[in-house]
Amino acid sequence: MKKVLVPVLLSTLLAACSSTGTFDQPAGGAAVDERSQGAGSGVATVTAPSASGSGIAALTDPKNILSKRSVMFDFDSYVIRDEARPLVEAHAKFLVQNPTMKMLIQGNADERGSREYNLALGQKRADAVRKALTLLGAKETQIESVSLGEEKPRCAEATEDCFAQNRRGDMLYSGEF
Amino acid sequence: MRKLLSAYRLLIAAALTVVSAVAHAQLSIEITGAGASRFPVAIPVFENEGTLPRGVTDVVRADLERSGLFSLVDMGLAAFPVTAAPDMASVRGRGADAVLTGSIYQQGDGRFEVRFRLFDTQKQTELGGLSLRMAPAQNRAIGHKIADFVYEKLTGQPGYFSTRIAYVVKSGPTAAPRYELQIADADGMNAAAALASREPIISPAWAPDGQRLAYVSFEAKKPVVYVHTLATGQRQVVANFKGSNSAPAWAPDGQRLAVVLTKDGQSQLYVLNADGSGVRRLATSPGIDTEPAWSPDGEWIYFTSDRGGSPQIYRTSSSGGSAQRVSFEGSYNVTPRPSADGTSLAFITRNSGRFQVAIMDLATRQTTILTDSARDESPSFAPNGRMILYATDSGGRGVLAAVSSDGRVKQRLSVQAADVREPSWGPQSR
Repeated sequence: MKKVLVPVLLSTLLAACSSTGTFDQPAGGAAVDERSQGAGSGVATVTAPSASGSGIAALTDPKNILSKRSVMFDFDSYVIRDEARPLVEAHAKFLVQNPTMKMLIQGNADERGSREYNLALGQKRADAVRKALTLLGAKETQIESVSLGEEKPRCAEATEDCFAQNRRGDMLYSGEF
Repeated sequence: MRKLLSAYRLLIAAALTVVSAVAHAQLSIEITGAGASRFPVAIPVFENEGTLPRGVTDVVRADLERSGLFSLVDMGLAAFPVTAAPDMASVRGRGADAVLTGSIYQQGDGRFEVRFRLFDTQKQTELGGLSLRMAPAQNRAIGHKIADFVYEKLTGQPGYFSTRIAYVVKSGPTAAPRYELQIADADGMNAAAALASREPIISPAWAPDGQRLAYVSFEAKKPVVYVHTLATGQRQVVANFKGSNSAPAWAPDGQRLAVVLTKDGQSQLYVLNADGSGVRRLATSPGIDTEPAWSPDGEWIYFTSDRGGSPQIYRTSSSGGSAQRVSFEGSYNVTPRPSADGTSLAFITRNSGRFQVAIMDLATRQTTILTDSARDESPSFAPNGRMILYATDSGGRGVLAAVSSDGRVKQRLSVQAADVREPSWGPQSR
């Protein structure tokens, strides 16, 4: 049988529930944790900070459908497949029952073609998941849909099978992003 | 005393294996195609060049050779002092149609003066000369300036050897990759990381001042647009709205950016000030609009849109209004990038399943495919419009390549054991 849902690998999760996830931030300074002078060319090296990693234990229990976070898409398609419905419904229910919980949906695209155009295609997949969740009762303010384009492939080979694994939307909860 | 290698051999060594003295992985440049007829020029060593810790004329030779427009005529170890008229008949006899004479003068303050003159040996006339002062460590920068001078005198177009390029290097294991936004001289030397991150960096775009870069970083687990001042490392978030923020493009005035935001739905074009303020929507379309690029006169914004069913290139007035379709051949034309003189457009076209660099003459709309590779991305013109830098694939690894706007001159720039992508050629230095 075709494997359609692959759980997202989450970094070591702490029991604490953090309150990250302020969504609508316009301009502001970014934290920078290291600066050093580059190789004598008038260019200073900045190291970007890593993201935090903490979440809720219930969301990572492999026996719980909520631990599954990926919605796969067909080639050139932005429609959620029927087999992904139970997963989307489970997450919608969780969001309804936990109105303070926030979700980041990261859309992805396969690597063929322009990076920025693929970013826009990944956005369409993330938006499709977001719309399905809100139709099922989750609040718009709980969910942010973004795109990683072709930048974070789950599978790095240039094969049809690999491309299929990279056409997906991943759902992350507060503290996981 | 200089080693008894001929100047020409030094040149070949310099051009084919650019070796790094710095710890950073360096871009090495390989010439894979040259112009049909190359202008023969002699660049003998300068008088007293041995008093410099590192040479200048080998930098000039490497620049000119790499451009694909010149062939270098070996003059052995004989210097041609700037104070004496060269024996033009003898230089011509060796096959050179131009010769550069020059001398180095040590100054009292530890600096040097470089004086040089360029002669046309066919017309037996002087084409001009310059006197430049330099610190001993500035040999490469001075070499690039001299190469720019020779290039401009002999081709009529400004040189690009003093410019810089930006690109992204991905290295390390697949599970824990490292991304670096690197800045290097146009010859791949002097590379330095402006930003290092565990998350992807894409779409670097040089501000017209050559001092700042806008780019998209995923360090916040989503695409956010930053403006980064290279000298200080100061970074400012200029677009971090709900959803994705991407594809920054500088207006020619350096005061505004076009960006792509999804805050109001799918990917659409917006314009904002370089400090992130004053965001306004530029266009409203039923599909994806992305990859904006301003025409050099600031009048137009070229972009990619799939409003007609397949991704094609359109343009709209930078003050808004309706869009005109620009590309018509084929079902996938993306990443429009106008040349600095506004006469042509570089872009990526899908041709029988292969993604290739193409150029369009904007007056006639005639399109020419310039490459024969299969995975080309992110074309970027040199400031003089003569070369196009782009990303491609070589043996499964990302490399940069450059092709001349006539398709004849080809170069490949790669970093050992790393993926290089997302090149952007900086503006002419001022």
